[in-house]
Amino acid sequence: MNTRIVHVAFNTFREAVRDRILYNLIAFALLLSGAAVLVGQISIDIERLVVVNLGLTAVSLFGVVIAIFIGIGLVAKEIEKRTLYTVLSRPVRRWEFVVGKFFGLTGTLVVNTACMAIGVFLALLYVSHKFQSSDGWILVALYFIVLQFLILCALALFFSSFSSPLLAAVFSFSLFVIGSFSEDLRGFARMSQGLTQWMTTTAVYLVPNFSALNVIGQVAHQQPISTQLIAYNTLYALAYAAVAISGAVLIFERRNLK
Amino acid sequence: MLALETNNLAKTYAVGFWRKRPRVALRPLNLTVEAGEVFGFLGPNGAGKTTTLKLLMGLVFPTGGSARILGMEIDDPRMKAQIGFLPEQPYFYDYLTAKELLEYYAQLSGVPAKERSKRVEAMLARVGLSEAACVQLRKFSKGMLQRVGLAQAILHSPEMVFLDEPMSGLDPMGRREVRDLIQELQQEGKTVFFSTHILSDAEALCNRVAVIQQGELRGAGAVADLTAQAHRKVEIIFYGHSIPPGLTRLGAETHVSGEVVRAVLPEESQGAALELMRQEQLRLISLNPVHGSLEDYYIQKLKPAAAHAEVGR
Repeated sequence: MNTRIVHVAFNTFREAVRDRILYNLIAFALLLSGAAVLVGQISIDIERLVVVNLGLTAVSLFGVVIAIFIGIGLVAKEIEKRTLYTVLSRPVRRWEFVVGKFFGLTGTLVVNTACMAIGVFLALLYVSHKFQSSDGWILVALYFIVLQFLILCALALFFSSFSSPLLAAVFSFSLFVIGSFSEDLRGFARMSQGLTQWMTTTAVYLVPNFSALNVIGQVAHQQPISTQLIAYNTLYALAYAAVAISGAVLIFERRNLK
Repeated sequence: MLALETNNLAKTYAVGFWRKRPRVALRPLNLTVEAGEVFGFLGPNGAGKTTTLKLLMGLVFPTGGSARILGMEIDDPRMKAQIGFLPEQPYFYDYLTAKELLEYYAQLSGVPAKERSKRVEAMLARVGLSEAACVQLRKFSKGMLQRVGLAQAILHSPEMVFLDEPMSGLDPMGRREVRDLIQELQQEGKTVFFSTHILSDAEALCNRVAVIQQGELRGAGAVADLTAQAHRKVEIIFYGHSIPPGLTRLGAETHVSGEVVRAVLPEESQGAALELMRQEQLRLISLNPVHGSLEDYYIQKLKPAAAHAEVGR
């Protein structure tokens, strides 16, 4: 791998960690341990279901907030504070900078998710006292959540390459919400006709399909995930993120850093 | 050999939201800097100095013309490995220490891993920050950040260094240290291109300077030649209690001190002034040429535009 991308990525990761991004883990730990204790006292036979549902949803939401709000500032903050000037006056190409930033943030989110995953498993162990073989599917759900972060980071970078941080946050979060209901959008496209069908079908292909990446309900009910879906989601997320990053690079390559 | 060459380098921004209007930031600029010289880029605030530097660093894109640094195009990564850049009022990653920041920049500049830490330590010592090497940059003062900025600019031993207002924000001691550093760089055979509006710094350090105003080059050349071009004046000192009216009409700036009068007037009025003194039977004490300074040249070059702006109001 290009060493300059690695250096930019590592610096982004280090900056994020020192900027107390991982402090969200404390809030997550408090939430999950509180929930586990409460669930253990009030639920009968569904403790596992509640903890998995709550734990994975919290992992997803905490990560989404970080992906969007850090992602939109990744490049914008460097331009605003002019830290970018001394980086781009070195033999670092603009695309290397953008890609390095992307990997740095996704790396931060992977570490963050890994820490939260440990928390989910500990809470699960607390309420059900032992692990079951079907608990392995939780890892698949976590993997899909990471794939969601990959897409969101790329989108946040893309939007921030041409708009203000606030607008980029609005666009990214809107796409996350719409993408989470993409199966409903798909159904609406099937039912509609004429121009509406054309528009909704276009939207279905443009909006990231986050609903396919959400298997929290299935995993909570101990249902298996097909390897086909794992392969499809992996390819889909990588392709979508690659297109969004390419868009961000194309715009950033032409941008005047006033 | 030319270290820098610009050929009609120009930049116009489109401003406004709906109806874009052109705003000229830099008119076609033709400039050359020889290898090994210290070149001062002078001009008032908003003259186009930073825009020029940003164009050269590839931070903004020219709307016309071209530039070559060390014989290479400005977007050539090989060239960027051989230059250093200090932006105006530099700001760095808050949560890194000075040492970590320099290591990061050394990595990006391709300094071999074996040499990296030795080079970083030497550079911190050179800018007087060894004691603060492990302090996070958010705790640094403006002057300390400027020193870090200088260190990162010369860390990888570049052939040419671009400094945007390197003395800004520094106390007199700090300014002196930066001046010494620029002189050291020149002794090492490096080319230094620095922008400033502090003329005494430019006069003390530069081999050649260029003056820019409102995005337009007003003049360029060797400091000695330019100061010689500035209006030549003579100083006449004579005994007297008052100023002869004829002397004022010749455009003299006069000052009476006790029984001595000092008058400074254009060189071409020297003969008329001496004739006047002979008629008035005044005793001459001394007659000396007044050497032009870079400030005289600078003001002379900027005056027409300022006057033009005044008329346009």
